[in-house]
Amino acid sequence: MSEPPLLEASSLVKTYRLAGVGPFGRKSARPALAEVSFAVRRGRSFGIVGESGSGKSTLARIVLALDRPDLGAVRLEGRSLFDLPRRELRAARAHMQMVFQDPYGSLDPRQRVEKIVAEPLAALGGASAVERRARVKDALEAVGLKASDALKHPHEFSGGQRQRIAIARAVITRPKLVVADEPVSALDVSVQAQALNLMSDLVREAGVTFLLISHDLGVVAHVCETTAVMYRGRIVEIGRTDDLFARPAHPYTRELVDATPRLDRPTRAAPLAATDGAPPSGGCPYAGRCPFSRARCREHAPILESKGDGSREVACHYPLG
Amino acid sequence: MLLEVAELAVDLPMPRGWHRVVDQTSFSLAEGESLGVVGESGSGKTMTALALMALTPEGARVSGSIRFEERELVGLGERGMRQLRGDRIAMVFQEPMTALNPLHRVGAQVAEPLMLHRGLARTDAHRRAVELLEHVRLAEPERAARSYPFALSGGERQRAMIAMAIGCSPRLVIADEPTTALDVTVQARILALIDSLRAESRMAILLVSHDLAVIAGHCDRVMVMYAGVIMESGPVDVVLRQPKNPYTLALLEARPRPDAPRGARLATIPGAPPAAYDHRAGCPFAGRCALTVERCWSTPPPQVAFGPNHVSRCHRADEVGLIQ
Amino acid sequence: MNFALRFRPRGGASLWVGAILVVALVLAAASSLVWTPYPPAAIDVAHRLAPPSAAHWFGTDNLGRDVASQILAGSRVSILVGVIAVGIGLAFGVLLGLLAAFAKGLIEDGIMKFSDFVFAFPALLTAIMLTSTLGPGVVNAIIAIGVYNVPVIAKLTRATANSVLSREYALAARAAGRGPVAIAFDHVLPNIAPALIVQATIQFAIAILAEAALSYLGLGAQPPQTSWGKMLADAQNVLYNAPRLALYPGAAIALSVLGLNLLGDGLRDALDPKLKARG
Repeated sequence: MSEPPLLEASSLVKTYRLAGVGPFGRKSARPALAEVSFAVRRGRSFGIVGESGSGKSTLARIVLALDRPDLGAVRLEGRSLFDLPRRELRAARAHMQMVFQDPYGSLDPRQRVEKIVAEPLAALGGASAVERRARVKDALEAVGLKASDALKHPHEFSGGQRQRIAIARAVITRPKLVVADEPVSALDVSVQAQALNLMSDLVREAGVTFLLISHDLGVVAHVCETTAVMYRGRIVEIGRTDDLFARPAHPYTRELVDATPRLDRPTRAAPLAATDGAPPSGGCPYAGRCPFSRARCREHAPILESKGDGSREVACHYPLG
Repeated sequence: MLLEVAELAVDLPMPRGWHRVVDQTSFSLAEGESLGVVGESGSGKTMTALALMALTPEGARVSGSIRFEERELVGLGERGMRQLRGDRIAMVFQEPMTALNPLHRVGAQVAEPLMLHRGLARTDAHRRAVELLEHVRLAEPERAARSYPFALSGGERQRAMIAMAIGCSPRLVIADEPTTALDVTVQARILALIDSLRAESRMAILLVSHDLAVIAGHCDRVMVMYAGVIMESGPVDVVLRQPKNPYTLALLEARPRPDAPRGARLATIPGAPPAAYDHRAGCPFAGRCALTVERCWSTPPPQVAFGPNHVSRCHRADEVGLIQ
Repeated sequence: MNFALRFRPRGGASLWVGAILVVALVLAAASSLVWTPYPPAAIDVAHRLAPPSAAHWFGTDNLGRDVASQILAGSRVSILVGVIAVGIGLAFGVLLGLLAAFAKGLIEDGIMKFSDFVFAFPALLTAIMLTSTLGPGVVNAIIAIGVYNVPVIAKLTRATANSVLSREYALAARAAGRGPVAIAFDHVLPNIAPALIVQATIQFAIAILAEAALSYLGLGAQPPQTSWGKMLADAQNVLYNAPRLALYPGAAIALSVLGLNLLGDGLRDALDPKLKARG
């Protein structure tokens, strides 16, 4: 690969310091990300799957430079985002946009759609009012809405339509990368399908690369070629999506796949009782829940390593299969 | 028959007049049986569940008949319902953080129905509460009972709510999206818990969900609702494998599946579920439905039977599945 | 999911009644600049304490001054005090509040502690203290009252601004590359405006009451200037003979305050784009 990856995250670490109880209370730290590294290649949409506490939303914010990591770097087309001077960072934002989960909260209720969708252009500056209106029209039509919708307010639209407005806003600067954090979870099934088809279309026709974050394996499988699985702030497995879900190597991936409700077979719940307590320090964070854990797992945290033909990376001492 | 619902209708007062959110809904539930109610937003599924418990919002008008253990519930009055709630009929809600009182310890909340309906003294009720928390497989039930809701995780809170619901061994448990707010691995465990509780106690379950697959895995029968109307109902395998209603079929085809080829177009349903539907004017799905014809707009669709207990409300039910 | 919405007037009733009352107040103040039935300060001891008549619509006070003219002239003072005192509060309060919400950290703490410090002093006593030190008169009364509006508005601005900044659309604006000033103008101010407007009308009403209190104590309007508060003070002496002399300024104050509050409620509803589309 001679071309640098579109997006590269290197050893990201982020810890949230929680206020202690009382003036002498011990301040506890909650690790949100522990040494997260991955690369997204141009044209190969990347999915991140995880449950609550996995750190995926924190990762989304850091990747977009909305939050600073404690350690580590994020590179967009080879340039390190956190080293850029403010003006260049703002210019770089034209190439990385975001779609949020909540179609009701991510649009300013007091603004008209035109202003909402044109906001990334306003941030860049330079476009005349005429040009802005034309770009808004193009963006709205690209997501299946009408140019006349630009004059309305968000509350006049349904959830699915609002999400499309959010996607229009995300693509108006013709970004190379769009980070979508749970873009369809708040939508009804029949409307989800519309949004997912739209995203696939954008990948195919507009050359957009998605970084799609979701808890829903089906959603990620629909759009992304490669997927990473996160658990408690770490990536535990990365691989080609279809292969990853068909033949998971990490026990947690397997647990996720088994737990996802399917029409053709009953779901298999993990046999152990849910222990959501703090993970054992030093060892693998999944050791407490893992049906295959052994002594080594509790003492040494495994690192992400290549397995098989190189298309799969797993962080496990005893990977499956 | 434990529960028999006939022609249930729920109207809500709106600025422009009454809005019928549940219409002509009839179904029954035998002891120990589990019925899934599936639908999108505006389908009326939650309102149906609330109507069974007489927990509909202030001002709502409920008509029709709900017979539970041979007793008519519609018009029973608040006092009569209060005796049943928590005792013979219990409910598990979607969001345990708001359904549990954040200012009371979990143990006290689980004990409350026991003191209210079984007349247990505080210490006995508390001891039984801890037993219940253990029964729902909460690790360290004593500690959980002493904790406040915020100290527990989502899955633990939901287990506590289930413990609260089954405390008095109700005959019917209504679960309204009990796992929607939970992670998928936690969801799997909670659903497994509900299954095992049902198996050992023969209580009937009405499971409301937007997720067809959840219903498929945990219910005997299913009712598919759209805009307040039951579009199709029947045994789960039959309805989900050979749907006879275009809406059911469309829902099945719109789901993204982990094993489907990437980028394959999902069959979408154009438009969105109706916000306010006039039930006199034909089928609510007309226009969005691929099989729409003239009479779909003007005449309410008939109920067509396909085998024991499998009913579809559609003018062209025979043709569903033939057109791909 | 929206459950049953009870039908309620679209903020319309409050808006109209409030607007009428406030417009009446403004008209009274404006017209008094060009015309009053009599010069408000004209003393006519021969006709003192006259009951209402064709010549004197509200009668005369204990020095024979025409009450109606005094009410009109007094309205000027009330408006002046209200507008400037609230203006001071908004100008500095919004600035401090936005600064606190955006800068966070020590700056936010500092501004909030400062507000708490000001609040620790009872408002009216401080106003009294300030006017006694600076000297009585309407201008100093305005300053004293205005000073108190600043922390009120600052706290409200900070709270509502924080709430807006925690919304996803503010995050979306940051993700789009907007800077804090742009976000403040485009997203924060329009969304906090309704709360500020309502608070401003409340503060306006409080300012009128505060001025009345100060004037009542002799620290506000000084003769020959008159204000409703001063009229109340003067009426005290003849309360037994002519209780109506307290009634007129009292009613004027009450109606103005009521009108402002109703206007504030009505404006807040009228400005909500969601409610605009309904009905």
